Formats: sequence, structure tokens, C-alpha cells
Amino acid sequence: MKIFNKEPSFDFMGKRKLALILSLVLVLISIASLATRGLNLGIDFTGGTLIEVGYNSTVDLGEVRETLEDAGYGDAIAQHFGTSKDVLIRVPPVNGKSNVDLSSDVLNALHAGPNSDEVEMRRVEFVGPQVGDELTEDGGLAMIYALFGILIYITLRFEKRFAVGSVVALVHDVVITLGIFSILQLEFDLTTLAAILAVIGYSLNDTIVVFDRIRENFRKMRKGTPVDVSNRSINQMLSRTLVTSLTTLFVLMALFVLGGEIIHSFATALIIGIIVGTYSSVYVASATALALGISKQDLMPVKKEGADDVEGVGDQP
Amino acid sequence: MNQYPVWKYVLIAVVILTGALYALPNLYGDDPSVQVSPLRGAPIDDESRMRVTELLKGEGITFKSFEKVPRGMLIRFNNTEDQLRAKDLIDEKMGDNYVSALNLSPATPAWLSALNAAPMYLGLDLRGGVHFLMEVDMVAAMRQAGERYVSDLRSILRSEKVRYLSIAKTSSGNAVEIKFRNASDRDAASAIIRKEYPRLLLEPEERGGDAFLIVTISEQEIREIKKMALQQNVITLRNRVNELGVAEPVVQQQGQNRIVVQLPGIQDTARAKEILGATATLEFRMAVENADVQAALAGRPPVGTRLYKERNGSPILLKKRIIVTGDQIIDAASGIEQQNGSPTVFISLDSKGARKMADTTRDNIGKPMAVVFIENKVDTKRIDGELVKTKRKIEEVINVAVIRDQFSKRFQITGLDSTDEARDLALLLRAGALAAPIEIVEERTVGPSLGQENIDQGVASVVTGFIIVMIFMAVWYRIFGLVANIALTVNLVMIVAVLSMLQATLTLPGIAGIVLTVGMAVDANVLIFERIREEIRSGNSPQASINAGYDKALSTIADANITTLIAALVLYAFGTGPIKGFAITLSIGIVTSMFTAIMGTRAVINLIYGGRKIKKLAI
Repeated sequence: MKIFNKEPSFDFMGKRKLALILSLVLVLISIASLATRGLNLGIDFTGGTLIEVGYNSTVDLGEVRETLEDAGYGDAIAQHFGTSKDVLIRVPPVNGKSNVDLSSDVLNALHAGPNSDEVEMRRVEFVGPQVGDELTEDGGLAMIYALFGILIYITLRFEKRFAVGSVVALVHDVVITLGIFSILQLEFDLTTLAAILAVIGYSLNDTIVVFDRIRENFRKMRKGTPVDVSNRSINQMLSRTLVTSLTTLFVLMALFVLGGEIIHSFATALIIGIIVGTYSSVYVASATALALGISKQDLMPVKKEGADDVEGVGDQP
Repeated sequence: MNQYPVWKYVLIAVVILTGALYALPNLYGDDPSVQVSPLRGAPIDDESRMRVTELLKGEGITFKSFEKVPRGMLIRFNNTEDQLRAKDLIDEKMGDNYVSALNLSPATPAWLSALNAAPMYLGLDLRGGVHFLMEVDMVAAMRQAGERYVSDLRSILRSEKVRYLSIAKTSSGNAVEIKFRNASDRDAASAIIRKEYPRLLLEPEERGGDAFLIVTISEQEIREIKKMALQQNVITLRNRVNELGVAEPVVQQQGQNRIVVQLPGIQDTARAKEILGATATLEFRMAVENADVQAALAGRPPVGTRLYKERNGSPILLKKRIIVTGDQIIDAASGIEQQNGSPTVFISLDSKGARKMADTTRDNIGKPMAVVFIENKVDTKRIDGELVKTKRKIEEVINVAVIRDQFSKRFQITGLDSTDEARDLALLLRAGALAAPIEIVEERTVGPSLGQENIDQGVASVVTGFIIVMIFMAVWYRIFGLVANIALTVNLVMIVAVLSMLQATLTLPGIAGIVLTVGMAVDANVLIFERIREEIRSGNSPQASINAGYDKALSTIADANITTLIAALVLYAFGTGPIKGFAITLSIGIVTSMFTAIMGTRAVINLIYGGRKIKKLAI
């Protein structure tokens, strides 16, 4: 089966102004939301206590809240998690009470409450504020180091304008994915951060594949403006881009539906990231490289590496 | 065209077979087992092994095997019922010097174990258990070290008969200031201190006509003190963890001032926290006989006494003078007294403590002495954006006993109600010998049912994602798709094999990484197949198209994968726990997929199409 029976010839780069506007709008909305609403950070970053308990049958949140209130945890937030049998409780720090003892106290209270014989501890997470601060810092650093590592690799393998183009695309993807998390106020925890870094890897994968073809075509096509070359390359890679995004989306859907509640935000981040990443590798990366004035001369192989590379057959190993 | 030399087929076959071999242990499942570990240097020898065997046989409990493991012995059972009965029996009959723990031990056959093959190591989020991150309070460790130096310097100057006016820590707390009558006394002191403590930095100072010596601790020594504080805590935590009876505990240093404690399978987290989280010291004090507790309760305790509470909450008056503190205890162990068989706790003191204890007990035979347990709990909270540490001190009288005789270096506390009480007291006494305070800064507990659920859901998503991708590839690329599917299957086996070989921890995000790899691994094949289609479209022969497709896609695949690998490695370097698991499976998946998707599929394609004339490709 094929999507296109012959090579498609969409004028992607002709629409790059439109894409630029779309991207700008999305990025600005994302930044605005991040600046005003911020991210709904999980306890990995804020610090705090989180308790997940399971019941045998559907449990009434009102009763759980009442039990908590009676035990002196009126500030605790209880909500269903995944099913109506599971309850997730977030407990803010209580003055004069050890952070570490909080979870035991809450569990004891629940064990004494209604349906008490059914309560089962499923998960307890406590993150001290100092650890939360560190994780936030490390997460930010990881993002920056990943971007720099990639920038350096692409500069070495390709050309600095491609490197800038791919990093612009990456920042674009990350900002929009974070923006959607902010707008929808989806919880952002450590696994979500991992997903964002995976998005960086994936989006890059897509971008590189297109750049690779652009480079090849610059060397092969004797005539044709940079816009034509870019267009042609994107079209040639279009079915690959779509097929790979599709297979990856398939497995992510499986993860989203079957992977359980804990992995939900992880799958969500990747699904958003991959959709945005697919778009950006077509539009943002190439358009940026074009805007920076990429040309045939920049991509001709250095003499040493094989001077007769006119046909573009002997690609760099 | 498109034929591989024989050695390449052999190489691919060897790699795949090795992979399959090392992935194999994962299919065997687990045996319910009981692990018995000795405490306090109790022996694990033929005799103790015989005892356990006899015990089990006596009760008619059948077991599958009996093995020696590094930390004791491991007994495997056919079912969990036997396992639970055996544990109860061993706990009851083997006494306090052995702890038993329930475990699930991999049922890897001996011939595979001989090859060092073992199943994947599951993280706590998959097997259930507790993860603690503890932070050693280095400020307190330094303060303690400073105090120790003050008293050491004082005693050395005294014994060397060098006269000084005062000795105290400076207000900044980083140095000790000694004041002398004149410069010659100071110089004499300098010479002595320099000789005895070469790692202290000495600086003379004149102020207001007095001679001072400022003693500071060198950077090197500070590092040493911190290292010691951390190591001492690691050792103490290990001992405490051992007493909890956990099958495969992990106590590891992390960074400069943290310790990771992982207790798989622990259910009673409250008890674990109680024992691990609190740092404690002890004080031995004389109790006041016939005291007027009522007056004390009203806020007027007799001179030289202080009001305490016992564990059951009843008030008790103790003398203020401390006889011995916890850091002078070398060891404490519970046991049974020879004469009347009552539970007891044996305590050993260091020489300084022993001397003081001997002096006090000599004059107080027949009087009650109390053990005060002091817990220091530290809490870090955020108040107005600032991290504020609050310390709470909980003091409790854990034992009151009548002095029967003059104590020496070793003595015992008897009259305890049960062996459990003796055991707890010994545990508390030993816990009281801990150096710098520690605080739990992170806890992650996963209940056993959630762990199993995570595994089930993880496996379900891997399998479902896998099948969808396989169907898609077969429909999309026909024969070539089927070949890619073989590669994908092999890739999955290889990931499992490498994970098993490295014994890297598999976590839930790690499984997500595998799922993602399944989706992305076909990318290499998609690139190759699309390229082949392109070549065919531009009129090349099928054989040439296959060749060109693989050749030209290679550098693209390499570039794309290396950049993803960079992201994965950064993730590994910065990530903690579960995130590392994701980075590991992603990295492994990228590397193995390069092998299977490029070399593997090429080999199969060559076998199908290579070396013959073909008109059309099923792609």
C-alpha cells in the first residue's frame, strides 16, 4: 500500500509564510499561557505528599473527604484516579507534623474510615522541597545540554544553518507541547519531562531525515533554487515521515489506552510532541534553514572527501 | 547481487542466538521463597542449615531447593502457602539471631545460571516496595566534629600541661579559638597541636594584648569528616535494614550527602520509616525513687531532676546528670538470659563510658536506672519560598531497670516482657549510636498490587503496540513488511536480552521506552523501503533498487539515530530512578534496532531475492 503512487509535489515552502504565522501564533499562545497560568507541576517538582489508595468497589469521594477532614486534613485534595475505585490524595505540608509521617497518618485515618477494610495502599510519594528544587534544576539543565549536544553534532555532520534550523524546530516543539500542557493544565511530572526529551529526540530524527535529503538533492540537482530543492526533498520524504509518525502514534495510543493512569501524561506529551514534531520537521526546520540563506555551495562536500561527488551517490558515510 | 558472504550470516545468527539465550531466563517465572539471614554475626553453617531443614521436615513442609546465598540461605517452595508457613516457623523457632524475608526468586535453570544469564531486574514500581532518599545533615556533622575537637584540644593541652585561659568554638562555628596568657604558652601549644593533629590549620593572633590561637579544620579534613559521616550512616542504615528482614535491600551512597535505600516487597512502610528515618541518641540517667511526681507535673520538679515520660505515657522523674550517652555504646544485642531464660539485652560500652558507668553503678546498687531515647526528627518545609529546617526532639524513657551489681564494659538489661521487646530495645540502642542526623527527603512507595498492575499494563501496551505495527507493516510493505516484522521481533528479544545481561533496572517508564522503540525501530525500515520504492520509480532494476535503497538510507538512519541517542544519554545523565530506566531502554532499543533493521532485514531480503533475476518486488 502506498499513500502516494508517484512522488507528491506539494508546494510546502510556498506556504511557509502561512506556516510561520501559524507557528508564531501557537508559540505566542503557549508562552502566554506558560507565563500566566504556568504548568500544573506534579510533586516531583513542587515537593509534597501524594497517596493513592484503592477500594474494592466504587468509592464516594465525599466520604473520603469527610474522613480526611475529621483527621485534620481538610486541606487535602482527593480525586478519582483512573477508575472510580481509586482515589488520589494530595496532602499539603501540615505545620508541626513531620512530612514523613503525613502519609502514615492519612493512611491510618482512611483505615479507620468508612469501607475501611477495603482500603489498600497503592502508592505513596513524598518529595522533599530540596529534592523538588533539584529535580527542576536538573530537568532544565538536561534540556539545555541535550539541545547543545545536538547543535554540535549537526554542525559537525551538516552545516551550522541546518543546526540552527533543527534547534529552532526543537524549541518550537518543546514550547508548544509545554504550552498545551499549560493550557489544558495537565499534570507535569518527572515522566512527562522524560517524554519531552524523547520528543526532542524524535522531532530531531524527523528533521535530520529531511535535511539529509536536502543536502543530497543540493548536490544532485544542478539547477533549482533552494526553495525548489527543499520542496522536492520534503515531498520525497513525505510518505516516510507520515508512515513513521503513524507507527509511533499507534504504539503511543496503545500506551495511552492500556498503559494505566501513571503513564498517561507521558503518553499525552509524546502524542502531542510527535504531531507537532512532524509538522515542524516539514515546515519550521527547513524554512529556518532557508531563511538563514542555505545554498548549494554550503553543502558541497569538502574536496578531500571525494571530489567527483557530482551525482550525489557517494553520500558521506 | 545482493548476496551476503557466509560469515555475515554466521555473525547475525550468533548474535541472535546469544540474545535469545540471555532473554530466555525471563520465561521461567519465579519461585516463592524464604531468605534467612543471620544477625550480629550468627553463623550460617551446616548446623544452622540442618536446623532449618529439620524444622521444615518436622512440620511436613516440602521445599524445592535449599541454597547458599551471599547473605544467608534461600529456600524455594512450590507454592506461597508453604512459603508463608515456613516463614512463620523459622521466625518462631530460629530465634532472634536470624531474620527471614519473603521473596520471589527467579526460577532460572542451573545451566542458564551457569552462563550468568538472569531475568531482568525489575524496579520498585514494578515489584512493589519502598524507595527512600535520605540526606545526611552535614552542618550537624561538622558541628559535632568541631565540638569533638574542642574537647580533644582541651584534654591534650591539659595533659601536656600547657596553660590556657579559654577554649571555645568561634562564633562562625568553623574554627576553635584558644586564648593564652602569653605568646610563649601559645607557641608551646602550637607545637603540640601541630604534632598531634597535622590536619588542623593554626594561626596565631594578637588581640587586646592577649595571645590567641585560631585553629581551623583544613578543607581536606572537612571532606574527610563528611565522607566519614556519610559512610557511618550507610553502615548503620545497612544494619537497620538487615533487621527489617528484606530480601534484596539496596543501601547506596548517592552524591556527596545522600543515601538511597530501596526495600523491595516491604508492606509495613510505617515501621520502615520509623526505624530508618529517625536519628536517635541515648542517655543513661538515674531515676529518682519515691519522687513527688505530682509536684513535678505541676511544674515544680525537685532540684537536679527533670520530668520525662515513659512509652506508655506515665510520668517519671530522672536526675539531670547523664551517666553515659549513645555514642559510647559499641554494641547492643538481644538474647535470652542463661539462668532463667528471660529475654535480655546485652550492651557493650567503650572504655570512657565503661569507666563512668562503673563509677555510678558502684554507688547506686539497688537503685533504678533509666534509658532515655532521644529522637531528632528534621523536617524541611518551604515557608515564604525559603527552605526552613525545623528540628524536633522527642524524648522518651524506654526502659527502667534496677542496678543489681557494679557494671563494667559489658552489662545487660533484664526483666523485659518479651523477646520482641528485647529486640526492639536492642535495635533502639544500636540506632542510638548513629553519627550525623539524617532526614528522609524523598519517598516512593508502591503497593504490591499496583506493581503487578503496572507490569500487566506495561506488557499489554507493548504487545498491542507491537501487533498493530506488525499488521501495518505487513499491509504497507508486503514481503518487505514481513521481513521488517521479523526484525522487530528479534529487536524486542535483543532489548530484553541486553537488559537482562546488564541487569539494568526495568521501570514502568522503561517499558514505555520499549513501546516507543517498537514504534521508532521500524523507522529505519521505512526509510530503506521508501528509498527502494523511489529507486524503482526512477526506473532502476529491482536488484539495484534494493542495493541502492540500503546504501543510501544508511547515513540517514545513522544520523537520525545518533541524535536520538544523544537525547537519551543526556536523559540518563540527568535523570533519576524511573527516568534512567526510560533512557536505558530507549538507548538499548536504538542500538539493537540499528542492527536488526539494517543488517538483519538485509540478510533476509538477500536470502529471498539475492543472486537471481527478479522482475518485480513485493514492496
